[in-house]
Amino acid sequence: MGQFGIGQPLRRKEDPRLLQGRGQYTDDMNVEGQFWGAFLRSPHAHADILSVDLEAARAAPGVKAVYTSADLDADGVPDMPCEVELADLAGAPMWKPMRPILARNRVRFVGECVALVVAQTQAQAREAAELIEINWSPRPSVADAQEALKPGAPLLWPELGQNVPVHWQNKPSTEADAAMAGAAWRVDVNIVNNRLVPAPMEPKAALASWDEQEGKLTLWAPTQGGRKIQANLAKRYLRIAQDKMRVISLDVGGGFGMRGQTYPEYVALVWAAKQIGGAVKWRADRTETFFSDYHGRDQVNEAQMGLDEYGRIVALKIHTLVNLGAYMAENGPRMPIEGGGRIIPCCYHVPHFYFSVKPVFTNTVSTDTYRGAGRPEANFLMERLMDAAAEATGLTRDEVRRRNFITEFPYKTPMGYVIDSGDFARGMDDAMRMAEWDTFEERRAEAYSRGYLRGIGVAAFIEAAGGRAPTEDMRVRAELDGSVTIFSGSHSHGQGHDTVFSQLVNEFLGVEPASVRLVQGDTDVTPRGSIGTFGSRSSMMGGAGIKMSCEKLVAKGVKVAAHLMQSEPDAVTFSQGVFRAGASEMSFTQVAQAAWDATRIPEGMTPGLDEGHNFQREAENFPNGCHVCEVEIDPETGIAEIVRYVAVDDCGAVLNPLIVHGQVYGGVAQGLGQAMIENALYDAEGQFVSATYMDYGMPRAHRMPFIEVGFNTVACRTNPLGVKGAGEAGACGAPPAFIGALVDALRDYGVTHMDMPATPEKIWRAIYGAQFDTQESDGIYAEVT
Amino acid sequence: MHNFDYHAPKTLDSALALLRDKEDGKIIAGGMTLLPTLKQRLAAPSDLIDLAALSEMKGVRRDGNGIVIGAMTTHAEVAANGDVQSLIPALSHLAGVIGDPAVRHRGTIGGSVANADPAADYPAAVVGLNATIVTNKRKIAADDFFVSLFETALERDEIITSVRFPIPERAGYEKFRHPASGYAVVGVMVAKFGDKVRVGVTGAAGSAFRASDFEAALEKNFSSEVLLGIAVSPDDLLSDIHCTNEYRAHLVNVMARRAIAAA
Ligand SMILES: Cc1cc2nc3c(=O)[nH]c(=O)nc-3n(C[C@H](O)[C@H](O)[C@H](O)COP(=O)(O)OP(=O)(O)OC[C@H]3O[C@@H](n4cnc5c(N)ncnc54)[C@H](O)[C@@H]3O)c2cc1C
Repeated sequence: MGQFGIGQPLRRKEDPRLLQGRGQYTDDMNVEGQFWGAFLRSPHAHADILSVDLEAARAAPGVKAVYTSADLDADGVPDMPCEVELADLAGAPMWKPMRPILARNRVRFVGECVALVVAQTQAQAREAAELIEINWSPRPSVADAQEALKPGAPLLWPELGQNVPVHWQNKPSTEADAAMAGAAWRVDVNIVNNRLVPAPMEPKAALASWDEQEGKLTLWAPTQGGRKIQANLAKRYLRIAQDKMRVISLDVGGGFGMRGQTYPEYVALVWAAKQIGGAVKWRADRTETFFSDYHGRDQVNEAQMGLDEYGRIVALKIHTLVNLGAYMAENGPRMPIEGGGRIIPCCYHVPHFYFSVKPVFTNTVSTDTYRGAGRPEANFLMERLMDAAAEATGLTRDEVRRRNFITEFPYKTPMGYVIDSGDFARGMDDAMRMAEWDTFEERRAEAYSRGYLRGIGVAAFIEAAGGRAPTEDMRVRAELDGSVTIFSGSHSHGQGHDTVFSQLVNEFLGVEPASVRLVQGDTDVTPRGSIGTFGSRSSMMGGAGIKMSCEKLVAKGVKVAAHLMQSEPDAVTFSQGVFRAGASEMSFTQVAQAAWDATRIPEGMTPGLDEGHNFQREAENFPNGCHVCEVEIDPETGIAEIVRYVAVDDCGAVLNPLIVHGQVYGGVAQGLGQAMIENALYDAEGQFVSATYMDYGMPRAHRMPFIEVGFNTVACRTNPLGVKGAGEAGACGAPPAFIGALVDALRDYGVTHMDMPATPEKIWRAIYGAQFDTQESDGIYAEVT
Repeated sequence: MHNFDYHAPKTLDSALALLRDKEDGKIIAGGMTLLPTLKQRLAAPSDLIDLAALSEMKGVRRDGNGIVIGAMTTHAEVAANGDVQSLIPALSHLAGVIGDPAVRHRGTIGGSVANADPAADYPAAVVGLNATIVTNKRKIAADDFFVSLFETALERDEIITSVRFPIPERAGYEKFRHPASGYAVVGVMVAKFGDKVRVGVTGAAGSAFRASDFEAALEKNFSSEVLLGIAVSPDDLLSDIHCTNEYRAHLVNVMARRAIAAA
């Protein structure tokens, strides 16, 4: 590895630009003469629309147009589908509703789009939206998945007759039941995995523009790639050629999995732009962003695990409810079954596995992919089970894990996925050693002498990265000025692709990172087969695409160099940016520049070093790791402070340790946010009551513990760079490590589990609970200053 | 945000005249509470009357055995003021734990007190330190000022010009902070003036109040231990999505004891 190549902690190239406000976000874009859009959103969780009066809104100052579902219907704009296909054991397919772009006759959650106003200014558009008069007839609503299963619960889709569109099972439970019956130990865990708001820093925004001259629409929006949204918008909704739609997402302030979808606002805005023959811009405020972006998590898991007398798992049964929201988002029901299903039952060998999933409709924002997308939920459940198993068997928490870790690779999971590599025990050993697990009891005693309760938790986890779309399209071009341009299908929305991809180019071509330029996020410019970034896929997919493209460049470069050095291609070597033939040598840059000159290359050769590669993966990869968390609880207030945090990761070959650590920090922050303070709360009337940062607790930088990070590198065997994803690992490890530590600290009070977020009030009640008979509040937490 | 007319009067009199004349005029100080309400379209005043130009309403000065803080003084200025730091360190500490730096550099004591948010910090200081609210018309005693949730004794055409804090012998403020908003879930100011003790509580109820049981016990023995046996009734305390009234009642006791320890 050279100074800037693979494995070097190169600082993020993009940071000076982004930190100095030179980013190019959607809201930075404006088109001459643009209008502004504002959506009227449902104030009701569930209601019929008896009538709509648009007259006052249409007559309001500056208003160009007001649209409702009637206008979209008249133009034949179809509703939005869910892309997931599932069936029950008998083969009956999952029932799927369609979501209207703008509500038609009925609204099903607070914040659902009902009408779009287009006016000259944003203020005028919002003002006019308030003038739309709707005669509502409210209906009973239900926000909680367990409530929605009860007889007599309000039905989201009366035509379905219930709120569950499919009962999916991996197989009948007979074998697992039999094995469970013979188990020496049985442990049960019931978990509510709290609903989260993804909350990227950039609020939702979009600008749709119609170019009459070219007969072409452009959408600027904060997507995670844009190619799929382009195809959806063009082919499904507008019925135009795909190339007549352009989607641009230059800089994006966070994606987390929920900025890759074709949102109804985008459809309405591009359609409206075409209708008025101009441009329409829309910018959501934070609360509107909370309603518009899909939510994450929101599962209820009930599991039973059986172990033999040696503490080895013999059977596992999991029943999962996933709250879909009112409609099925693109990936909605996929979360537990495929998102989590790719790894479940996680790091452990389970001979008999039964898995049942019921997706449930409720009057809430739809749920979809959010950092980890089903894997944090699966890992959390398995780690709570392993802690329970330790408790039941009397084995230590690390020993019961050790006895059940998968140790032979490749390993085929009960769900049919093949884990290529890993060394889970070594990762756990490393993490425990770094965290000084051995001497923890001394620290517990010392804390106790000060009046504090201490606990320590360990969580092993596994991830799956690079799933779903199996290809990515990358292109690398050597420019005349000696620089290299990457046309990237992968899309950075904060991850640092510019840095890491430049390092790859440096590694393979010897060009300095400062001379590498990343072009992304514009469907007119990125390769045709571009997909984008989600599921921790860019190191493997984009990275391999760059490697292969660079190899093609070198292969062609060898021919050019041989021609220029009057040698034979076979006699030319290339290493560290230099072509050599005998005593002659030429730098990559010299050859690349010459290659554009038709008079200096072999006859018949196309000028230029400009090669693309559509990389097709063999398999996804399986990042994994182990986190150890140590907490100290102030029993008077219930405040738990993290006093030590260790994260050891196996993300395969490390391309840039700084970037990987950054991903781990961010993931841990999100995981601790879920575990400690985040909670998307709906009240009994279906109102979303934590829809601002005044009520929704976001983890803040100053509250984050110092995170000690380490690598347990086991190169991936199934991709050219040997990489495994890194983006979602932190969010998988942190919740079980934290809750495990908390439960350990509260062991003397009979606590065996605590649902997230584990707020100070919950902790305080666990300590003093017996004095009270009333219910705890749903909500939040606090810190003493 | 709805449209409004903006005024930046140069004198208190012209501010008052505007406030009287405009149909639905509203004072704006730091805007930290008012602006979000406007942006969320929850309020639509016809006119905004900005007090920013009234320099006589800014700053801190010593006044006999008290400290007078101009209504337009920001939280950051109070926190950093040398006199406040040396004479009422608890007040400086309180101002320094309001919200975040941006809020502290915009938000004002006048705006905070006038707004009477049940979770705001200053009300604990006003009540606990027995401050006097000085307006263009009169002086209002702390015990008469906070009426209920977001409601004070202020009349429509009344502007707070300053707040006067007597200097206590000892005082301490402790806050249980809501990590989403930064406000006080419970905040307690305990102050000792000779043989008198005052305990001001914010966050726990609809408006700041005095914990008189605590005061009586502390006047006999100013130590945190005496509070251990005195339970706070949860009956009139707030219960919301963040915390129950029982937890708040418990925290009032804990924060009071810690405030004494810090005093
Ligand atoms: C993110 C955030 C976090 C916060 N955290 C905290 C916290 O932890 N603790 C806390 O105590 N507060 C907190 N606040 C509130 C902050 O302290 C504000 O300063 C306070 O709410 C109002 O002060 P202001 O100067 O901004 O008043 P403005 O918003 O300008 O005005 C508020 C109200 O007071 C009226 N008003 C203003 N000045 C006067 C006057 N001189 N006479 C009469 N009426 C007047 C206005 O008409 C308006 O009704 C927070 C605010 C934000 C945005």
